[in-house]
Amino acid sequence: MKVVNHRTPSVDGLGIMKGRKAYTDDFAEKDSLIIKVLRSPHAFAKIKTIDDESAKALDGIEMILTYKDFKRNAFTRAGQGYPEPSPHDKFVLDEYVRYVGDEVLAVVGTSDDICQKAMDLIKVEYEVLEPVLDFEKALDHKVLVHPEDDIHEMFDIGFDPKRNKAASYHMEIGDVKKVLDSCKYTISETFYTQAQAHVMLEPHTVNARIDYQERLVLYSSTQTPFHIRRIISQALEIPLSKIRVIKPRVGGGFGGKQAIHGEMLVAYVTYITGKASKMVYTRKEVFESSYTRHPMKLEISLGADEKGMLKAIDAHVLSDTGAYGEHALTVYMVAGSKVLPLYNKVDAVRFYGDVVYTNHTPAGAYRGYGAIQGNFALESAVDILCKKMKMDPIKFRELNMMKEKETSPIFAIMGEGTEGTAMNMETCKLEECVSRGKELIHWDDIYPHIDDGDKIRSVGMAIAMQGSGIPLIDMGSASIKLNDDGFYNLMVGATEIGQGSDTVLSQIAAEVLKTSVDKVIIYSSDTDLTPFDVGAYASSTTFVSGNAVYRAADELKSMMLKEVARIFECDKDDIDFDGERFYYKDKKISLIDFSNEITYSEAQKQLQATSSYVGPKSPPPFMAGFVEVEFDKETAEMKVLNYVSVVDCGTTINPMLAKGQVDGAIVQGLGMAMFEDVKYSKNGKLISGDMLNYKIPTRLDIKKLTTEFVDSYEESGPFGAKSVGEIGIDTPPAAIANAVENAFGIRIKSLPITAEKILNKKWEIENEKK
Amino acid sequence: MNVNEYVVVENIDQAYQLFNQNKKNQIIAGGAWLKLSVKEVNKLISLDDLSLNYIKTNDKSVEIGALTSLREVEMNDVVNEIDHGILSTAISQIMGVSIRNLATIGGSIMGRFSFSDIIPVLLVLDCQLYFHNRGEMTINEFITSKGLDRDILTYIKINKSTGQSYFKKISHTALDFSMLNVAITFDGSFRIAIGSQPGMAMLCEQTMAFLNQQNDISEDVIEQAVSIALTELKLSSNIRASKAYREVLAKTYIKRGLRQVIK
Amino acid sequence: MKIKITINEKDKIFEVEPSEYLLDVLRRNNYTSVRRGCDNTSCGVCTVLLDDKPVPSCSLLALKANGHRITTVEGIQEEAHKIGLYFGNEGADQCGYCNPSMALTVYSLKLENPKANEQEIKEYLVGNLCRCTGYVAQHEAIKKYLGDQS
Ligand SMILES: Cc1cc2nc3c(=O)[nH]c(=O)nc-3n(C[C@H](O)[C@H](O)[C@H](O)COP(=O)(O)OP(=O)(O)OC[C@H]3O[C@@H](n4cnc5c(N)ncnc54)[C@H](O)[C@@H]3O)c2cc1C
Repeated sequence: MKVVNHRTPSVDGLGIMKGRKAYTDDFAEKDSLIIKVLRSPHAFAKIKTIDDESAKALDGIEMILTYKDFKRNAFTRAGQGYPEPSPHDKFVLDEYVRYVGDEVLAVVGTSDDICQKAMDLIKVEYEVLEPVLDFEKALDHKVLVHPEDDIHEMFDIGFDPKRNKAASYHMEIGDVKKVLDSCKYTISETFYTQAQAHVMLEPHTVNARIDYQERLVLYSSTQTPFHIRRIISQALEIPLSKIRVIKPRVGGGFGGKQAIHGEMLVAYVTYITGKASKMVYTRKEVFESSYTRHPMKLEISLGADEKGMLKAIDAHVLSDTGAYGEHALTVYMVAGSKVLPLYNKVDAVRFYGDVVYTNHTPAGAYRGYGAIQGNFALESAVDILCKKMKMDPIKFRELNMMKEKETSPIFAIMGEGTEGTAMNMETCKLEECVSRGKELIHWDDIYPHIDDGDKIRSVGMAIAMQGSGIPLIDMGSASIKLNDDGFYNLMVGATEIGQGSDTVLSQIAAEVLKTSVDKVIIYSSDTDLTPFDVGAYASSTTFVSGNAVYRAADELKSMMLKEVARIFECDKDDIDFDGERFYYKDKKISLIDFSNEITYSEAQKQLQATSSYVGPKSPPPFMAGFVEVEFDKETAEMKVLNYVSVVDCGTTINPMLAKGQVDGAIVQGLGMAMFEDVKYSKNGKLISGDMLNYKIPTRLDIKKLTTEFVDSYEESGPFGAKSVGEIGIDTPPAAIANAVENAFGIRIKSLPITAEKILNKKWEIENEKK
Repeated sequence: MNVNEYVVVENIDQAYQLFNQNKKNQIIAGGAWLKLSVKEVNKLISLDDLSLNYIKTNDKSVEIGALTSLREVEMNDVVNEIDHGILSTAISQIMGVSIRNLATIGGSIMGRFSFSDIIPVLLVLDCQLYFHNRGEMTINEFITSKGLDRDILTYIKINKSTGQSYFKKISHTALDFSMLNVAITFDGSFRIAIGSQPGMAMLCEQTMAFLNQQNDISEDVIEQAVSIALTELKLSSNIRASKAYREVLAKTYIKRGLRQVIK
Repeated sequence: MKIKITINEKDKIFEVEPSEYLLDVLRRNNYTSVRRGCDNTSCGVCTVLLDDKPVPSCSLLALKANGHRITTVEGIQEEAHKIGLYFGNEGADQCGYCNPSMALTVYSLKLENPKANEQEIKEYLVGNLCRCTGYVAQHEAIKKYLGDQS
């Protein structure tokens, strides 16, 4: 391969480095109306009265929007395919406010300043209600977060708002209780994972104008332009044909921009007033009023026989979706479906529980999407079990984990919100990942730890899997056309958000067409101009959209060959094409001449092919993560000396960008493992609502990352590729927890794992001994 | 921050008068913290034209104008020699270079930040502050006095001492506020200050007095010093760390600091 | 109030409010490469050079820049192009939102300490956060860029 599997620089990096206009706010109309949202100071309240008379009278205030201005059309902001597996439990504006930061009303004016002045003048009287803040007490709480009757689920997801349930799920294979009872070794442990904030550096941003065809045109920093168009149309009853959503460059998403944020208000204001408008979330709004990762409580029981074979897994999970149920069920299911199959040789497995509403900032999609929560619990539990059995945790995994050509019945049972699809692991190089990782971290030299006097160094590890798109649901498509002078335009609905999809998809097209990346001009994510794609989520782009690009390019190639065959008067299969020239016996024509001819002089036509792809299955990428940590013996302060990731993502279309995905995800995972924490006051107000109080890893905190890819070729993927966007984030929490155990013999079962927590646990154990 | 009027004063008297005219008149130095802490300002008083941005040295001391940026202080060769560069070391651990180019030494003192990494160091260096009206006072007097009149800091003075020193900032990430910080100097006698308790930094005067009476600083003496320090410190909890954990940090790093400075 | 700033070597006069920060004034006047990140100096995205030194424009009052020189990435296009090539070759660019500010800071590091080693690079750039890359590739790119300049 000439382009694929090569370290191609990103197609857009230079222009972006030089500061060209690229991001949503760079394209806002100069005199856009500014929209500011007045947000709830209460965790739960009903709006009694709104006095906005003096604010409305201010010079420069265009309008003030309250719930009374909107028809009650329940929708979900989730930004998923249709019908959504998330409850329709949100209104553009509502009489109830359900968390500190929820939307009370919107002020529309000519400047930030004037909007702020107006907000200061508005008096809102609330009936303050008792909030539900402890998710373990939310189910059947006397207070209902959603008492209203005009909300609904789109199909059965276990939605029961009268019990504060956004969703629930139950599945069992075999008889878990019976198998557990028969096991020689069993453990039961409870784990907690915290809410994590995405902290993409570009805040949520959107702007709108009416174009000269009287259509509404939105620029939005989104991962899902096509879904956004649909949701706006449904909720605001604007015909779909009147809306165009353009996604320019996005400054990071990580799932945080899958859902709809300011788009609804901006669309409404511009549609009603005919004037351009815009919204840029403040950093506080990003923290307080977008959404977080779902916090979970995971009760895990494992049972193994005397030979160390895992026989049963029981997982009872409770998830906190906050005030609205975006991704409630699907994140929940992924905590099982993309974790449990790692140990596919069990006789019985159960996964069940509820997703509850609370009066906290909503939870939603975030890289890892449940798998990181499930992985922390299961991979911690496995080490606990190994300790009990006095078995080497790596041996245990080698014995019990998924191998190539094997399967798990879970794939058929659990999908995302629906049933799944059965599949065999045509590629699964977990064994290589584990053995190579073990070597790279010098496991045998360090395990369980080395005592360096004041310091102690230990190792820990975990294995993980993810998916590659949602089978039979996620669709991606691509159009590619030949231009005169022999270069191509590639139009994709796939959504570049910084992960490099524009580059990777260009590489795939270039490889098929045997050309170089600079001859493939990519344009992505514009609902008017590019074909449909579900968007950037579920690790789908390289696999799903990449397959679509592969097909479209292949089809275009055959169209070109057909035309050349006409010119050469031969059979198209007899023509050789090397990307620059077509050959048949002693005849040849260059691509440039051919493209000019077909454009201008002979049998003129536009050659363009469009293709789509829906995955019949979702081949999981796998990885093994190993960490070496140095602890201060007295203070338990931790330094991650090295994080080794060995990944099976099939062919790396671009090894450099694939490594970037893994490195970046590892660091986000380490943040979650060690200090990132969304914290609330006891009244439900966010304490960690800015970047002074919510800390992400800095470059000084990262010592060394060792990332490698094993040889792997997934037949169903484009040039053998699977996905790589999310898998990297899954292992750090468990690997760190296991390293703590290996250093001190102390097990931390809640995230984040801070030095202070380790010492507290140590003191607790010492006190118990006394 | 909403500012009614921005005034670049021509002399310090004018600044002083304006400052005392109205409680809502404020002095701006770098302005980085002001932005986060003040909502309404009537007159914002800029000292930019008063030439308070300088570092002057003589045989005995270094004088630093209040408007000198933290980065300039950090990179200054003479400052770098005072007690093994403890002030530079501490400043270099505050946020990134760009904020250190903006934030000033004066603002870092007058802000009286309880999380400050600078105040503990100025305490052990026994820094002198020079105010327009009040005149001279030590940093310790400044942070321990309550209800001082509104005054303008013009410059600070630090003696050129060449003792041993130790500074440790403990934080969750390199860009976070300290959970605790420890500053120690030794040039025949010891000075110890602890900051981010999370309350305001303080000199450990009893611990210093105890240590300064000892002829031999044995491990035993160090242990005793640490327990005295723990009784005089005012450690408590906030979102970054609990009181109990701060005790562990104080114990550990005072001990390590003492060992290092007597090496 | 009017302020006079030399931006990228051109003298400009802007009408500004006393409460306005340089970031807002620059964006309002079409210097869109200067971007908003965290609004409290914690992320580095809004970095510009003030008299050749990096400062967070989100927290520098526009009036305080009066009479000074400001450089945005538009003012160091050649250098940014070079840095961009190094970033591209290491796969060190992802979402790119912070990249213009990164170019400015790397450029100013080169002026201050052209022989910076990895630790010095990290210390100099620590205020420039990146949520995408995990930093490692960036350090490779910057090391090579500095190495090839001297
Ligand atoms: C996001 C962020 C993180 C930070 N993290 C840390 C940290 O980890 N450790 C640390 O030690 N510091 C930290 N700081 C504080 C920083 O180092 C500076 O001390 C702070 O910004 C104040 O300096 P300034 O010049 O910006 O002051 P300003 O914000 O201009 O002023 C601060 C206060 O001092 C008053 N003032 C300023 N100069 C004078 C004067 N000459 N006379 C009288 N009053 C005056 C002002 O009126 C104001 O009340 C942080 C600051 C920010 C913004």
